[in-house]
Amino acid sequence: MIDARGLSCPMPVVMVQNEVKKSSPDELKVQVDSMVCVENITRFANSKKYEVEVTKKDGEFELTLKKQK
Amino acid sequence: MSDQIKLTKLANCAGCGAKVGAGVLAKLLDGLKVRSDPNLLVGFDKSDDASVYKVTDDLALVQTVDFFPPIADDPYTFGAIAATNALSDVYAMGGEPKLALNIMAVPKDLPKEAVHQILRGGYEKAYEAGAIITGGHSILDDEPKYGLAVTGFVHPDRVLTNSGAKEGDVLFLTKPLGIGILTTAAKADLVSQETMAYAVGLMTTLNKSARDAMVKYRVHACTDVTGFALLGHACEMAQGSDAEIHIDTDAIDLIPEALEFARIGILPEGMYRNRNFAEAYVDPGEVELAKQDMLYDPQTSGGLLIAVHPDDADSLYEELKGTVPSAQKIGTVKKYSGGKRIYLH
Repeated sequence: MIDARGLSCPMPVVMVQNEVKKSSPDELKVQVDSMVCVENITRFANSKKYEVEVTKKDGEFELTLKKQK
Repeated sequence: MSDQIKLTKLANCAGCGAKVGAGVLAKLLDGLKVRSDPNLLVGFDKSDDASVYKVTDDLALVQTVDFFPPIADDPYTFGAIAATNALSDVYAMGGEPKLALNIMAVPKDLPKEAVHQILRGGYEKAYEAGAIITGGHSILDDEPKYGLAVTGFVHPDRVLTNSGAKEGDVLFLTKPLGIGILTTAAKADLVSQETMAYAVGLMTTLNKSARDAMVKYRVHACTDVTGFALLGHACEMAQGSDAEIHIDTDAIDLIPEALEFARIGILPEGMYRNRNFAEAYVDPGEVELAKQDMLYDPQTSGGLLIAVHPDDADSLYEELKGTVPSAQKIGTVKKYSGGKRIYLH
C-alpha cells in the first residue's frame, strides 16, 4: 500500500512509478486525496498495462492497480 | 546567497498554471457592470489578451497585466520569464510595449539579493523589448510573485484581436508545447538539464519577432498561448470568430521529453482544468490521449497563435521560420458547421 495522501502531483505518480519499476507487483493499492492524482496514476498504470479500480470515501481515493492478464 | 534559494519550493502553483480557470473566471466576472466608451476598442467582455483604447485616429493604447508565483528556482530567470510573459500580451494584440510597472510580492525573509535578481531579470527583458520600467508596487506575502503591468501602442486600424479569424485562414504557432508538463516534472527533478535549459530559453524568448513578422501580412486574429493552453485559446478564437478550427496535430512541435511525461501521467493540475473547460467544444478524433493532454497543457510565456489570410501563409511561414523558436503551420479556420469548435486530426 502506498499512502500518497497530502502530497501534490507529481509526487504520488512518481512513487507509484518507482514501486512498479522496483517490484513489478501483480497488485498495488494507492491512497491519494485529489482527482488530479487519480487521473495521473490511472494514465501511468494504463501505460504499464495495469487496470485501475477507484473507490472514493470521505474525499479520499483508493486505487487498486492490477496487472492485465 | 541566491543560488541556495529554490524559489519554486515557495510556490503553490507554477507560472501560468496558477491562472484561475476560464470557466471559473467567467462566473467571477458575470454580472459586473461595465461602462462602455466609444474609444474602447477591446474590453474585458472579449476574453482577449489586453485592453485597447483609441486615443487619436492613428494611436491606440494597449494595456495588460500579468504576474505569477515562481516557475524557476533561479530568481533572475524567474524575473525574465515573468516579464517575457507579461510583455507578450501586447505583442498578441499587434502592438509594441513602451512602459511597464513592476508588480511584486515578497516573503519577509527572502534575501535582498534574490529580490534584486528577480527585478533585474524583468528590467533586462523590458529593455530588450524596447520598453522601460518606470516604477511599480510591492507587498509582503508568503508566496513570492512577480510580473508587469504593461502599456503599449498600436495603430487603431491594426489591432489584432483573438476574434477576427476568417474562413480559409491558415493557423500558425510560434513556440513548441509542453512547458507546463516540464515545470511539473521538474518539481520531482525528473527533467534532463538539456531539456530544462531549452524550456527556459523558450520562456524567455520574447514574442517580438513573431509580432514584427506577422504585422506585415493580412493577419485576421492573434492570441498568445498561455495558461488556457493551445486548445483553450484556440477555442476562444473559434467562438469569438464564429468559426471552427481544424488542427493537424502531427504538425505541432511537442517537446519530446514532455510527451514522454504525458504518456506516464506526469501532468499538471492546470491541464485537467483546461480540459474540463474546453473538452466539450473539442472533437479529439483518433488522436492519442497523451498528445491531446499536451494540447491542454498550460504554457507559461507560450508562443503566438496566428490566423492569416491563406494567400499570405507561405510568405509569413518563410519569415517566421528564421525568427521564432518553432514556426508551425498547425491548421485552418473553417465556416462553423454547428458542431464542435475544434477538430483534431
